[in-house]
Amino acid sequence: MPSTRDIRRRIKSVKSTSLITKAMQMVAASKMSKAQEQAMQGRPFALQLEKMLKDIGANALEVEHPLWKNKGLNDRPCVLLISTDKGLCGGLNANLFREVNALPKETAFVTIGRRGKQFLARSKRNLLADFELGEKVMFTEVKKVSEYLTDLFLKGEITSLNVVYSQFVNTLVQKPSSEPLLPLADLSITDAGLLGVANSKNKEAAEEAPAPAGDVAISNIDAGFIYEPSEEAVESKLFPTYVNFQVYHMLLEARASEHSARMVAMKNATDNAKQLIKDLTLEYNKVRQSSITNEILEIAAAQMASN
Amino acid sequence: MKLQLEIVTPEKKAFSGEVDSVVVPTVEGDLGILPGHTPVMTLLQPGHLQVINGEKKDYLAIGSGFAEIAAHKVVVLTDAALSEDQIDEVSVEAAIERAQKALQEKVSPEEEAALKAGIQKSLAQLHLKRRKHQP
Repeated sequence: MPSTRDIRRRIKSVKSTSLITKAMQMVAASKMSKAQEQAMQGRPFALQLEKMLKDIGANALEVEHPLWKNKGLNDRPCVLLISTDKGLCGGLNANLFREVNALPKETAFVTIGRRGKQFLARSKRNLLADFELGEKVMFTEVKKVSEYLTDLFLKGEITSLNVVYSQFVNTLVQKPSSEPLLPLADLSITDAGLLGVANSKNKEAAEEAPAPAGDVAISNIDAGFIYEPSEEAVESKLFPTYVNFQVYHMLLEARASEHSARMVAMKNATDNAKQLIKDLTLEYNKVRQSSITNEILEIAAAQMASN
Repeated sequence: MKLQLEIVTPEKKAFSGEVDSVVVPTVEGDLGILPGHTPVMTLLQPGHLQVINGEKKDYLAIGSGFAEIAAHKVVVLTDAALSEDQIDEVSVEAAIERAQKALQEKVSPEEEAALKAGIQKSLAQLHLKRRKHQP
């Protein structure tokens, strides 16, 4: 049976731990609300950009821009892994890494966040570069990452780029997800079938408007865009903007997820500590009571003997 | 039939609603859009965006960006969209001054372009704030 002193010591240590987790919970909560707000605000812009891109993909006969499709080189996939710098955020990183483990061996990696870098080093993956961005997400900082990636792609060192990050659903749920970013043509995969038809049929049809009714691609011709000042000018501006903003936005989502997960993890820790204190206190009282009872018994026995 | 106009910035959805017509500042000059317009994808430059609803004209100072125009829908993506009362004249002037000072020093061509675009955006805001609109 443990002595009362031991139990008291344990209660004290659990109490001080719970104070720390409580404080971390508060910090995470305040960061979380800011990060969530930022991530949610950026969503309409990100969605609209994506829609615009898909519209271009669906309507253009041929997109010439180098970011649009790969040059038919050997397959060299790359993944941008957005993880956290610090731990203590529940299963957030572990879930991401499970996603990474499922990827083929030859995948190259670029990371944002220290945890991801350490994980890749441990599992002996091919790490091309790692970035550590500070607590505050600055667009100019993120741009360096996305420009580095774009550069790799343009040089042909990688042929596709996916981003693995924790998508923010709500405070309790963060979904590890993998989204294709480059080449941009991959985005409109759902339209690809239609686009394929449009490409072959419309080349001639586009010259002599309008195409006969009943053609699958008719809506494509009708909605064909006029580009101002020119298709190249719009694309060479829109595509990099899209990549930069998308990476920025995913990082914001990852940050919102991180702080949410950390807050929940810390809240659980605080609750557990409280339960533990309660149990320990109960045990402490029991031990104390039994020692008092013992003492009384001894005194009574001694008195009986002396009589 | 009215035009469905959406103005989206990275911070928020600045405008969403039905309008009679809209004038956007493209890199090739102002472009007036009425319902039933041909689909156009265009680049925007910093300037004034005019929202016209009946007799009422509203102005927004926008930064550079993109506009996607379909027959009954216009989507404007830009880095900033401010109405007259959201513009703080003093801080905008300070921003211009800062940017111009930064231009004096040695900067890379990219930074220079970014600074100049920033100045253009600030000027568009100032211009909107100072000009008196006729009702």
